[in-house]
Amino acid sequence: MEPNLSTSIGPIQLDRPVMLASGILGISLDVFNRLYRSGAGAVVTKSLSTEPWEGYPNPTIFSVKGGGWINAVGLSNPGAENFAKMIESNKDVPIIVSLVGSIPEDFENMIKQFEKCKVAAYELNLSCPHVAKVGLEVGDDPELVKKIVTTVKNSTNVPVIAKVGLGTTHYLNTVGTAIESGIDAITAINTVRAMAIDVETQRPILSNKFGGLSGTPIKPIALRCVYEISSKYDIPIIGCGGISTWEDAVEFFLAGASAIQLGSAIGDNWIDVFNEINTGISQYMEKKNYSKIEEMIGLAKKS
Amino acid sequence: MQRNHNHTTIVTIEKVIDETPTVRTLVFSDEVMSNVLPGQFAMVWIPGINELPMSVMISDESGKAAFTVRKHGTASTGLFNVQVGQQIGIRGPYGNSFDLKEGKLLLVGGGTGLVPMMRLLTHVKPTDDVTVLIGAKSKDEVFFEDLANRLLANNTHKVIVSTDDGSYGEKGFVTDLVEKHVGQTKFDGVYVCGPEIMMYKTVQTAHSRGIFVQASLERMMKCGVGICGSCCVGEDLVCKDGTVFDGDHLSQNKEFGNFHRNKAGILENY
Repeated sequence: MEPNLSTSIGPIQLDRPVMLASGILGISLDVFNRLYRSGAGAVVTKSLSTEPWEGYPNPTIFSVKGGGWINAVGLSNPGAENFAKMIESNKDVPIIVSLVGSIPEDFENMIKQFEKCKVAAYELNLSCPHVAKVGLEVGDDPELVKKIVTTVKNSTNVPVIAKVGLGTTHYLNTVGTAIESGIDAITAINTVRAMAIDVETQRPILSNKFGGLSGTPIKPIALRCVYEISSKYDIPIIGCGGISTWEDAVEFFLAGASAIQLGSAIGDNWIDVFNEINTGISQYMEKKNYSKIEEMIGLAKKS
Repeated sequence: MQRNHNHTTIVTIEKVIDETPTVRTLVFSDEVMSNVLPGQFAMVWIPGINELPMSVMISDESGKAAFTVRKHGTASTGLFNVQVGQQIGIRGPYGNSFDLKEGKLLLVGGGTGLVPMMRLLTHVKPTDDVTVLIGAKSKDEVFFEDLANRLLANNTHKVIVSTDDGSYGEKGFVTDLVEKHVGQTKFDGVYVCGPEIMMYKTVQTAHSRGIFVQASLERMMKCGVGICGSCCVGEDLVCKDGTVFDGDHLSQNKEFGNFHRNKAGILENY
């Protein structure tokens, strides 16, 4: 029997467990459709703000020798209103709308824009490491996290995910705060604050100087975080960080993730990576005699 | 060790050529960039200023390559102002290339869109009959006419320039010349790079007559590697699926010729 790749992240049902992570390729519905046809189980949009943002000047991305990328795109996005209009005609694709803001009202106002859209979930970006006043600066403030999650949960019946990262407040505490405030699931982790300097010209390469490290170097860190969250809390987890092969994906399931997201792998292997990973997971499940993804979630925690 | 095309390589500008008052060619030594395929591009870092995608220009000397840039925005003006001895960073090459047919070929270029066309000319066979159409606003802005003639010295060829104001060559838009030549000759392949409207009309003219046509598209780019999504045209990503697209494919794309995205990713009309 063909293994079933469907998975549930709490109230969110997906046919396939591999999603497009936020920030990647996420500005055109045509591209979303293409990614869905290419095997993505869901696509997470670029983080949307109340107003359009141009982001930082180039260079906004840097390829690290030894693997991984550092980016400081600066959350460029067309704004929630423009974006909502663009995805209004969406019928087929499970779209998870990523939101970024400084105060609870930002999130509340943006959610109103999506009333006519088919949205699978909202993902609150509480962890972007390179834009002031939003992202990690919000995620590091427990009171603000509590207010934002509570406000968002009161504004919509659509499931809400919090995306956490490595800031100055221990991410496990941020996860705990989000859970107490009624969050439906956690995405872990965001990129890790980093930088690169060119030795010839002796200056930081990214225009913003600091960016977020993604890709294979952060995979073991993200995996550790998923394992720690699933050991401490009873909350559905989406693993994210450096996943580029089916083995990586399975590691995250075994650590306790119900689904995974990827982004940097697209820069290395292009969008064929979705089906490559789906196929690999499927073959692994056949070999291990699993009929559903949930049978392997958290197995690495058995003593 | 083979270099990873995503890693930035620092090169020094060795020569600066003024092509027109607003267009310059900057020459540097780099074996990889000297051998890129027509249509491929590099991401070019001007330290402290910006980074932008540039089609890679040919050089007369082996082992060398160049960028031909028109000063326009912050990034291109920054590159335009780079002087001999200054360092810039390059990564790539990225993107695909043209499917060069044999026989009667038509190449159409406007402005710095001529760069991939010049590189394409280095790949034509001596037996090909090549027509090159160069479009410019006025006499001041005409460049690469002599170069095109030189590259085609061993071919049956024509290089025809048109200027919008008639100050040099034929008067009118280059797309009118395209219409005329495509109407007269059954070309085996048509290749175009330049302003989007020029490409759109050229693609329409050739494709509607069943002639094979390809265009090398330009979009705002941030990453160049298929991650940021800035350069999407409909469902296509210029950096990964292009820069070169078939007319057949482009004629199905609703954004080509009509819209581009700004830095925030909002669609804007041409």
